[in-house]
Amino acid sequence: MGIIKTKDLVFEYIRRDEEGNVEGISRAVDEVNIDVEKGDFVAILGHNGSGKSTLAKHINAILYPTEGTVWVDGKDTANEEFLWEIRQEAGMVFQNPDNQIIGQVVEEDVGFGPENLGVPTREIWERVEESLKAVGMYEFRKHSPNKLSGGQKQRVSIAGVIAMHPKCIILDEPTAMLDPNGRKEVIRAVRALNDVEGITVILITHYMEEIIHANKVFVMDKGRIAMEGTPREIFSQVEKLKELRLDVPQVTLLAHELRKSGLNIPEGILTTQELVKALGL
Amino acid sequence: MSIILDHVSHIYEEGTAMEYAALKDINLVIPDGQFIGLIGHTGSGKSTLVQHLNGLLVPTKGNIYYNGEDIHDSGYNKKELRSKVGLVFQYPEHQLFEIDVFSDVCFGPKNLGLDKKETELRAYAALKQVGLEDEYFYQSPFDLSGGQKRRVAIAGVLAMKPEVLILDEPTAGLDPKGRDEILDQVAKLREETGMTVILVSHSMEDVAKYVDRIIVMNKGEVMFDNEPKEVFRHYKELEQVGLAAPQVTYIMQALKAAGLAVDTDITNIEEAKAAIIQALKLQR
Repeated sequence: MGIIKTKDLVFEYIRRDEEGNVEGISRAVDEVNIDVEKGDFVAILGHNGSGKSTLAKHINAILYPTEGTVWVDGKDTANEEFLWEIRQEAGMVFQNPDNQIIGQVVEEDVGFGPENLGVPTREIWERVEESLKAVGMYEFRKHSPNKLSGGQKQRVSIAGVIAMHPKCIILDEPTAMLDPNGRKEVIRAVRALNDVEGITVILITHYMEEIIHANKVFVMDKGRIAMEGTPREIFSQVEKLKELRLDVPQVTLLAHELRKSGLNIPEGILTTQELVKALGL
Repeated sequence: MSIILDHVSHIYEEGTAMEYAALKDINLVIPDGQFIGLIGHTGSGKSTLVQHLNGLLVPTKGNIYYNGEDIHDSGYNKKELRSKVGLVFQYPEHQLFEIDVFSDVCFGPKNLGLDKKETELRAYAALKQVGLEDEYFYQSPFDLSGGQKRRVAIAGVLAMKPEVLILDEPTAGLDPKGRDEILDQVAKLREETGMTVILVSHSMEDVAKYVDRIIVMNKGEVMFDNEPKEVFRHYKELEQVGLAAPQVTYIMQALKAAGLAVDTDITNIEEAKAAIIQALKLQR
């Protein structure tokens, strides 16, 4: 079993009218089976309302399955006994950095998590230092978070999660509100965590070019896993992705268009270098 | 008819230790009917700038003229200005509040003092303009998808019949199809009505695809103001201020560096495709 595993996971929302009567039931996650190995970099794609965030919230026990089971590091998330361990092992970063930062000073904010875990003071400071270094924000440790740019704030949020020493980190559209530079900074920090620290990463995003380094991609639609494969396998299917309201990186799309007009280029080009080579330059 | 910003500066908390110059001596002319992209990294002054255009913020120095009149003259009708210059904030769906979609869109025109019939006609037209199907009109706005909610919020501003529509990151958080749908709809709307559109965006690809003029803000100043091709030619300077050129521009540069005779000013896929095929033909 991998670090995260779901078996026949189903999650249903009960919709109620103003008087609290049940109007209907929506199935947000429908029989999902995934298995994520330790150290994986997994991306989850899917249009708005496809069930990605609902799935992600099961991984650190914010939501519990209606049917089926979720295991994090072998622990069943429905078992309340494991709740705090699971929340510490699987950290979550959300879209809006302003909703996640509470400290007056960067280093205090990052220390909040380990402090709540009851980590001894000296170790808290060690963790704060290593976490801020891991996301390249150490030089800002004495700054006030509200003076930072969006990308910097989001990296502080990530450091706050790393300071809990999680085995896995789930990022739910961490770059949606950032400018191009902020997006690059955050993705670079996330890749470093995966490569250097070996932390398992689950990245949910609407920016296709952010996931070309993932080793596995799940595409969700109507609560189900509609596609599964490496970025190259997924991005080779331009038309199918468009049907699912998604897209491919611009270089992949350009290569696909050139191929359609008769040039001999393989599908699933992911980088500019690959395109240069495919054109025989 | 136009918007003119004449030596506009805005200093937050002037005279205190927190003093911060968000806009420094901005001079801009925004003629009718242009589709403008406003870009700049977080904190560059974009949002402060757009909030001056409908009088929400008052410049610390300088003047703003709408159709030749100073909007901060005593006696100037600011209420009318705000219906003429419609501002759609970031995540506008957070401002939806009515019990159904149609009532929400009616809120603006009703407050303009229009009668019930005119209000409803406008709300209907606005919802049609954003491409929302009739079947959603009497649903709670909170039961809609992210993209649909955003359309309802935009319709709420369109129902005021603005002459200028300002959209602050209208596609943030939407899936790729949702992004294209919203922007295609805005482009179509602008073609049909001739309204001025100002699009604040972090997506260089979107800006390159839709607008005919880009204004780049940096540290409260206008850094570039030109057509997209000219602006993205300065991609190195843009990178230094946290921005970039569209990905396809970088692809063209790499192809040129590898020896293919292509134009590096290209900013969209269609042009790139044509240029590559042409260059390959010449090479053979």
